[in-house]
Amino acid sequence: MEATVRETVEQKPERLLDRQVIDDQEAVTAAATVGKPFVEAPKMAMRNVNVFYGEKQAIFDVSMDIGSNEVVSMIGPSGCGKSTFLRALNRMNDTIEGCWIEGSLQLEGQDIYDPKLDVVPLRARVGMVFQKPNPFPKSIYDNVAYGPRIHGLVDRRADLDEVVETSLQRAGLWNEVKDRLAQPGTGLSGGQQQRLCIARTIAVSPEVILMDEPCSALDPIATAKIEELIAELSENFTIAIVTHSMQQAARVSSRTAYFHLGKLIEVNDTEKVFTNPEHELTEAYITGRFG
Amino acid sequence: MDTSTLLAVTAALTALAYVIGRGRSLSQAANVGGIRNLNSLPFYYGMLTALWCGLPALALLILWVIFDEPIIHALVIDSLPEQMRQLSGSELGLLINSVENIAAGNSAAMGVDPHLQAASERLISLREASRQALVVVVLCGGLLFGIFGWARVRPQLKARVQVETTFKLALLLCSCIAIVTTLGIVLSVLFESLRFFQTVSFFDFIFGLDWSPQMAIRADQVGSSGAFGAVPLFVGTLLISAIAMLVAVPTGLMAAIYLSEYAGRRLRAVVKPLLEVLAGIPTVVYGFFAALTVAPMIRDNGAVLGLDVSSESALAAGLVMGVMIIPFVSSLSDDVINAVPQSLRDGSFGLGATRSETIRQVVIPAALPGIVGGVLLAVSRAIGETMIVVMAAGLAANLTANPLESVTTVTVQIVTLLVGDQEFDSPKTLSAFALGLMLFVVTLTLNYIALHVVRKYREQYE
Repeated sequence: MEATVRETVEQKPERLLDRQVIDDQEAVTAAATVGKPFVEAPKMAMRNVNVFYGEKQAIFDVSMDIGSNEVVSMIGPSGCGKSTFLRALNRMNDTIEGCWIEGSLQLEGQDIYDPKLDVVPLRARVGMVFQKPNPFPKSIYDNVAYGPRIHGLVDRRADLDEVVETSLQRAGLWNEVKDRLAQPGTGLSGGQQQRLCIARTIAVSPEVILMDEPCSALDPIATAKIEELIAELSENFTIAIVTHSMQQAARVSSRTAYFHLGKLIEVNDTEKVFTNPEHELTEAYITGRFG
Repeated sequence: MDTSTLLAVTAALTALAYVIGRGRSLSQAANVGGIRNLNSLPFYYGMLTALWCGLPALALLILWVIFDEPIIHALVIDSLPEQMRQLSGSELGLLINSVENIAAGNSAAMGVDPHLQAASERLISLREASRQALVVVVLCGGLLFGIFGWARVRPQLKARVQVETTFKLALLLCSCIAIVTTLGIVLSVLFESLRFFQTVSFFDFIFGLDWSPQMAIRADQVGSSGAFGAVPLFVGTLLISAIAMLVAVPTGLMAAIYLSEYAGRRLRAVVKPLLEVLAGIPTVVYGFFAALTVAPMIRDNGAVLGLDVSSESALAAGLVMGVMIIPFVSSLSDDVINAVPQSLRDGSFGLGATRSETIRQVVIPAALPGIVGGVLLAVSRAIGETMIVVMAAGLAANLTANPLESVTTVTVQIVTLLVGDQEFDSPKTLSAFALGLMLFVVTLTLNYIALHVVRKYREQYE
């Protein structure tokens, strides 16, 4: 899809010129992000974030907030850096060789890239659901119990049973699996596996859940279930979701961030982004002129 | 013309057949408007002609070599006088033998039966005729079939299909050779073992606690009781293999975990090949390392601790064998650990698991079938290993579980039973086959279990 972007740009040289001007402005200051990137009393606050993979810079000077109990969706063409930015929010990029991050990322005022910070409790507070369902090669029960066990959240077996049941119920999977908790999680269907992964994530009671294109490997019915689930979860959790589907962003989120070539172009209320975007690049994207 | 020259000439003829077959297809292509109108590419027409020439020639050669001798012998026997032809099969065999000897000039010319003398001359002349006829038959056969194949080259001929079918059959033949060889080995071991079990009871062999494979030639001979109880050998084998696995499995597995999960790319690129060098050391080198370095070291250290360690000990052999097996375990485990998808690790890290928790609870369980397979492969290797044990563990068939004593293994006994001149009707020699059969059965069972375990886990995890 990146190729498509380039083609579009080549076809319209005047657009290229426009973007060049915009890019240069953005490189100077984060204030160039239009819309309302900041909220009052944010759950997570990111300022002037740059992410590099070796020599290559993937994220340029991104600043935005994620408010408590809101669903923020991140959209943009492939390769625009939205997944990279999401993975920076709970330091999942740490496992990638040659990746480093500049700027300030705070979770409730605490710098998450503080060298003294232990990454284990951070990831327990900021959970993640991945693009492809990745249940562990364990039983359904053990998949959900994994997080509580490694964090020592429960002392007694009965409590663990309860955590597993509640998590599966909140993920809308309990009725489908309650009779076969001992069977391998890998035996479930794709949509069920993804809900199992969500149950696994909420079993450690995180404050923020990051979702990296959670529905891209699922069929429309399974997608609809996950979307309902996101709406329910937003009552208790803060959710940041990366998605390829603009309809999905429109359905589930309250605010939408549009990324383009590693830069944050616009953050606005979802309704405004999809009806009356402030930035012409956003408009070009949502009307299907690229990506 | 001897056979190798004949083969070379046939090969040349085949190459020629390729060239003219291909040439004919090209000239026919010119008539029908280009290669595109041929059924196959010219290469296939050439190959087909070459096959038509070479295969019949080769078949004739092989058939001739197989049936050459029996037919000549039959003809020679026919020429013998009546009373000699009436002899029984084995006596006739002896007679032919002496005719052969006379023909080869091995018998003294004096006092030879004139009939046999005549027969030997006939044998020589028949051989000469056969050799010449062979050349004519093979070359003419190749030529005739080659011309036939050449004449068949037509644009409609499905040369590609026929050539590919022929090569498919050749591939099938090659895979059959491996199977037939295995089957042959199993059968020969099986029949020799059955002969052994005619003299020694099967249960004495399997459950006997005493191994002393000497047979009395005379009734009054000393020290030749002949006990064939294989239990000490199996216990020795198990003891040494167990020690080896105790060394190899933890070390190899942990090395694999370090290399695949913790080591940086550069370190891994250096360490992994170095580790695999261990697998390239010949076992005989390990053997004298075990016998000359490790065994005396263990004995001396044991003496310091006040232990009575024999100078050839199961411990020495087992330790060195374990080191030898490390690269098997580590290399196979490393491969399966690397094959565990990154998404599983990400999922675990995403829940706040540490690296070691992720390895213990997610990566290793996912990689387990492959690891089990690798370990069982290593066990087979340990059980079958001979050289190190011959050199370091000794020959005494002690029934003991003490690793500081000298023990012996199944493979070592097979070696000692068959080294040197042996008569093949003695139970002493035949017992080697029985041991071989047991070893084969054990290894087969182990492999079967390994496959079963791997399949079971695979169903569960994928």
